[in-house]
Parts: sequence; C-alpha cells; structure tokens
Amino acid sequence: MISLTSEVRTPYHSWPAGRKLLGLCLFTVAVFYLEQSVAALLVMGAVACAYLVAGRRFARQGLRLIRPVFWVSLIIMTYHVLTRDVEAGLLVCMRLATAVAAANLVTLTTALEDMLDVMERLMARLFIGAKIRRRIALSVTLVIRFIPELTRKGGTLIEAWRARSTKKFSWKLLLPFALLALDDAEQVAEALKARGGVE
Amino acid sequence: MERNLTQIALFAALIAALGLIPKFTLPLGVPITGQSLGIMLAGTVLGAKRGALAVILFLGLVALGLPLLAGGRGGLGVFSGVTAGFLFGWVVAAYVTGLLAEMWAGKGGWIAPAIASAIGGILVLYPIGIIGMYLKLDATLMGLTLSMGPFVPGDLIKCVLAGLITQGLRKARPGLVAG
Repeated sequence: MISLTSEVRTPYHSWPAGRKLLGLCLFTVAVFYLEQSVAALLVMGAVACAYLVAGRRFARQGLRLIRPVFWVSLIIMTYHVLTRDVEAGLLVCMRLATAVAAANLVTLTTALEDMLDVMERLMARLFIGAKIRRRIALSVTLVIRFIPELTRKGGTLIEAWRARSTKKFSWKLLLPFALLALDDAEQVAEALKARGGVE
Repeated sequence: MERNLTQIALFAALIAALGLIPKFTLPLGVPITGQSLGIMLAGTVLGAKRGALAVILFLGLVALGLPLLAGGRGGLGVFSGVTAGFLFGWVVAAYVTGLLAEMWAGKGGWIAPAIASAIGGILVLYPIGIIGMYLKLDATLMGLTLSMGPFVPGDLIKCVLAGLITQGLRKARPGLVAG
C-alpha cells in the first residue's frame, strides 16, 4: 500500500511525529483566526518557504497535493467577485491554502508507521484498553492488506465484463463486488478463529 | 467478535476500493463515483454501529496519509479543506442509515434501504457538510445549500443503487446483512 509520505528526504522527516501533529493542530486553529490579508499572506509565504527549503522536487510534490484547493479557490473567488467582496475572498482562499498546505507538509514528511505509533500512544493516554488497541491495530492491518486485494478483484470483475460486453462498466457489477467483500470477511473471520481468535 | 472485526475492516477496504475503481456511467449518461455509495452500503449492510466504525476506520487511514479518497487524495490536508464537514458527516450518515436499515430490516424490498440511504446520505449528511463549508468560507448558508443542488440527482440514484445492492446481498447471503 502506497502512502503519501515523500521519498525526498527533508529535515522535517526527522522531527518527532507527535510534536508535528500537535504543532499542526495549534497552527490550523491559529490560521482561522487570521483577520488581515497581509498577515494571512505572510503566513502563507512562510509555509511556501517551508516547502522550498526542502528543495524544488519536494515543493513540486506539495504543489501537486494542494491542486484541488486551487479549483475550490477559483469557485470561492468567483462568488466573492460577484458579491463585490474580493478582499474577503482572498482572505478565505489564503487561510484555506495555508491550512491545507501545512497539513500536507506533515503528511508528506511523516512515515505511516510513525503516525500509527502516535495513534497507539494517544489511545494509551486516553486510557483505551490494550485489548481494544490490539483490535484497532488488527483492523488497520486488515484494511491495508485488503485494499489492493479488493481493488484487484474489482479489476478482474471489470475485465470479465468487458470481455463479454460492448457496453460500458455497469452498476450491476457492484453487487458481486460487495459480495466479494462480505465473503472475504467471512473467510478471514474463520481463519482468525482457527488461529485462536481475537481477544 | 471475529466476524464483526473483519466485516468492519473489509467494508473500510471496500469504501477505499470503490474510490479507486473507475467511475461508471448510468444509461442516461450520469457519471457515478462509488465512494459515497460505499458509505451508504456500510450503513445498510453492516448496520449503525459497525457501519459507522467502518467509516471511522477508513477516515483514520486517510488521516494517517493513505491516498484513499476518490482521485487519490488523502492525508491530514483533506480534513482542513472545504469538504472536511462531509468527511466527518460520513460517520453520522453511515450511523443513521444503519439505524434506519436495522429498524426496517427485511421490510419493503429495496425501497426501505434506499430510503434509509437517502435520509442518512442526503438529509443528514448535507447539513453537516454545509455547516463545515460555512465555517471555512465567507458565504451564506442559503447560498451554500443551493450550491448542493447539482449533487442531489446523482446522490438519489446512489440511494436507489444502495437499496438494490442491499436487497441483492440479502438474497445472496441471508443472515449477513443488517438492513
């Protein structure tokens, strides 16, 4: 399973995941309290610099990840141009792009296992019992294992359909696809039981 | 216990896989992407609690940095975006859909799970998503509500599909479907 973590090594990769996440929470809240366009522009510039410090290739990855925000910003700006409140529109767009870019920066520079580690520690601090934590860990493992498996099986169903029909991929394939998931769940449950079961 | 756990995990995987398979086109030319249909199915097939847990598990993996949302999106950024309200709303939508599907279990053919999906996936989800957008954007609630108009026909079709698929699963695997 491919995660969004960047293969380009940056100084941020070595920062502790927990502190990055805590910092991100505080930063995101602060961004939405920015009321002046100049301040918002400066903060957005600072985030852009944080990307550029790590190199052009890394900055390009960040840009690719934030692309959907550009389209949303276009819609927001169109609305604000129509309501003749361009400055408010710019402020909203800058806040949004800054918050999303900062969150993406954490995602790009934190490995999946570090994220899982933080989740585990957080759950322990929230007094979630070891039994439940193990169940959650097993569920996460199962999902990561089964996404490529189900996608492959879905692809096989589509290929079988295309081999027999000139029509486009139909919704009718969704029933056997959901059935596959239910059957797989049954088989895995039996396999888990046979190995001593889940606590 | 084992079955509950694997069904929650496999449905989280199904929601993800539905975002990865290509969109399909209905006879009238309406393109449909599968992920929100997966949320409705989580409710109608697994019921309220397990359906909501499957969605929470899916969103947890998105937050951890897996590109599982339609279009390969993922990471913490999506929870700061304009549509974050809809992502959080998916959990409530799956729960309400599941609750209604459990109440009407085995009744009304495909119509009962379709109505449950419409209530959970439209009537409950949209207000949460709209409030999420309202908190991020400097726009009126009425304007945002009207902007949802174009999505309603596609979502209604998904509700019908969720009903038909749930009925099909009920027949194929009796006893495994909550709704």
